[in-house]
Amino acid sequence: MLLFLSRRIGMMLVTALCLTFIVFALTNLPAKLETLAKTQAGSRMTEAEVASWIERNGYGSPMVQRYGEWLGVLPGWVRTEADGTVRGRCVDRAGTPEAAGDRCGILQGDWGFSTRFRETVLNVLSARLGATGWLMMWVLIVMVPMSLIVGVLAGMREGSRTDRTLSTLSIATTATPEYVSGVLFIALLASSTVGLSPLFVSWGWATGPVLFQGNARSALDSLTFSNFTLPVLTVALYGMGYIARITRASMTEVMTQQYIRTARLKGVAFGTIVMRHALRNALIAPFTVIMLQIPWLLNGVVITEVLFSYPGFGWTLYEAAINNDIELLLASSVVAVVVVLITQLISDLGYVWLNPRIRLS
Amino acid sequence: MDPLGWPEILIRIAQQLLPVWIAMVLTFALSIRFRRRLGLYGKLFDSGVGMVGFAIVIFWLFTALFAGWIVTHDALSQVSQMRNALPGAALPNPDGRYPYYLFGGDALARDVFSRMVMGAREVLRIAPFAAMISFMIGILLGLPAGYIGGRLDTGLTFLANLVLAFPVILLFFLLVAPEIQETPLPLVMAGFLFLAPILFVTILLNSRFFTQPAKRNLYVGVVLAIGAWAYLGLVFGADPTGIWAMSPNLLNVFVAVVFVNAPTVFRIVRGITLDIKTRDYVAAAQTRGEGPWYIMLWEILPNARGPLIVDFCLRIGYTTILLGTLGFFGLGVSPESPDWGSTINAGRRLLTVYPHPALVPALSLMSLVLGLNLLADGLREESLKD
Repeated sequence: MLLFLSRRIGMMLVTALCLTFIVFALTNLPAKLETLAKTQAGSRMTEAEVASWIERNGYGSPMVQRYGEWLGVLPGWVRTEADGTVRGRCVDRAGTPEAAGDRCGILQGDWGFSTRFRETVLNVLSARLGATGWLMMWVLIVMVPMSLIVGVLAGMREGSRTDRTLSTLSIATTATPEYVSGVLFIALLASSTVGLSPLFVSWGWATGPVLFQGNARSALDSLTFSNFTLPVLTVALYGMGYIARITRASMTEVMTQQYIRTARLKGVAFGTIVMRHALRNALIAPFTVIMLQIPWLLNGVVITEVLFSYPGFGWTLYEAAINNDIELLLASSVVAVVVVLITQLISDLGYVWLNPRIRLS
Repeated sequence: MDPLGWPEILIRIAQQLLPVWIAMVLTFALSIRFRRRLGLYGKLFDSGVGMVGFAIVIFWLFTALFAGWIVTHDALSQVSQMRNALPGAALPNPDGRYPYYLFGGDALARDVFSRMVMGAREVLRIAPFAAMISFMIGILLGLPAGYIGGRLDTGLTFLANLVLAFPVILLFFLLVAPEIQETPLPLVMAGFLFLAPILFVTILLNSRFFTQPAKRNLYVGVVLAIGAWAYLGLVFGADPTGIWAMSPNLLNVFVAVVFVNAPTVFRIVRGITLDIKTRDYVAAAQTRGEGPWYIMLWEILPNARGPLIVDFCLRIGYTTILLGTLGFFGLGVSPESPDWGSTINAGRRLLTVYPHPALVPALSLMSLVLGLNLLADGLREESLKD
């Protein structure tokens, strides 16, 4: 077990290094640095001025060296200006010339400065991740039980009418990406002129102008049913169908097993069979899928947060990408990659733990 | 003129779609008539779900094909006073143009119906081809990884997992940025990715006909000539006749989508190969002394076709979703493009007041993907019955 775990974690670290290097290389392309120079120091710079700005701010050294500096395994760049002041990666950050020659990268906890939000990346990210944490929590609370129930109901009697209806429904949700379901929800429930809201108001069933709000920014201060339902549903819906289908497949397989037949022949009630005998074995496959689904949720989170203007992690990633905020984009990528790798690890470990038939040798 | 009511709008849209209805009826009549001779495709018409899915898919396919006859207005032309017009609104002075905006006008006073139809063409021009190239790459790498195994397998699996560990959206932000088009990166990647189909067909034919050099030389020569022509046109834009051409934007989008899809196909093909290579007919072919590529492409691949065809349908749908995502974030498409993702993005600003410009493409995209998923489901059911 320990060997398996250490090998798995070693692999994860190698993958993380490769991925962060790719992201680093792609965010530090010459063209992106030029854009950065122009946004930081004036848009009417000449080619020569841009080149000298890039050189002066430590972006001139080779890519691998800069990656090492950013990571914090190599000492940051240092240069002495014509007027004798010492500048450098760590000097600018610490504010004292003594910091010259130190290492200051993400390993030291120095994640850089966001040009978009004019704040340190660490501050931006911690606040945004908290906001997304709430969203993810509610998404999982809604999505997991719903999809498991749908999957189990469909899978316990294969080929029945319930099965056909629920299966078609789950296919329909997998065909509805977040930007479609979000638009549908807003048009249907969050508009004061069309959809259900005006109808409900005219019948006197609803008090406000709209049933739900199409903008979730206010959820940052106070999370309410009206401002958070639509984003949560939007993210949950797309993932639901997939998990439900896996659960259904797993459930139908379990229901054909010998021990289920034995239980039925013994005269155990159908409900008891499903709850006591089938469920535990049927839920192994969905568990792995739920963990692997989390990286996919990240996609949905970016789309949904942009659509509902909810300033969470996904929204930050989007803002960083379109505003060429290199350090913030890099840091967000690291977070995203780490989330993906950790969920993969948990999914592997959980699979082994839940399924004693697998031996790690 | 008065604006149209909903019944009249629907009748007029049905009229515009007349070529599509005719083509669909013909396809269905012929397919059902000859379904016993059509293999897996024919069996599709035994399953209700499969037929519904197939109907939706060919509806959009024919809509894209006959888009030129169906559209009521030019997808880019604006008619003043028709800004955010409601569905069925009449043009103030038609002057020989179609007198109504059947699905209303968008925020730039363009016809939503015509943009929906042209959007189908945009989507169906890219999605199936991107899925196809992803499949060829996945097959070309997955077969040897599963069949030969060893170091090759370890290396390729590591690379595939590397790409799969990337959140898709991040990859899009990084790969489909305007700055990246100034670097040679998309060209290099396109150079590799588009090499796959040529290699695939060449190896396929070569391994089959290498005992008949005359036939082999003819087939491989023709494939290489056409392949080189298409390759030059698509990757370098150097096709003198201009049939094979792709704008840098489109190439970038294409490369990104293929790059995201290929590793998943690789994993599927590798898994199936690992299973099939233990079968007796593979051992028989090995005893006959067949080469590895012959066994992979002519013994293993045909027997893996069931799950691959099903996944192909799903993958076209997934590619459509990915293209929509790109459009939604305004990545890699021109702002005027009528593709569904960008239209949804453009329409979402006024969503609560005028929902129709965003709803129409949203429902179109959903129905196309739903059709593909249902089709895949029907195919899976029918192929399992054997």
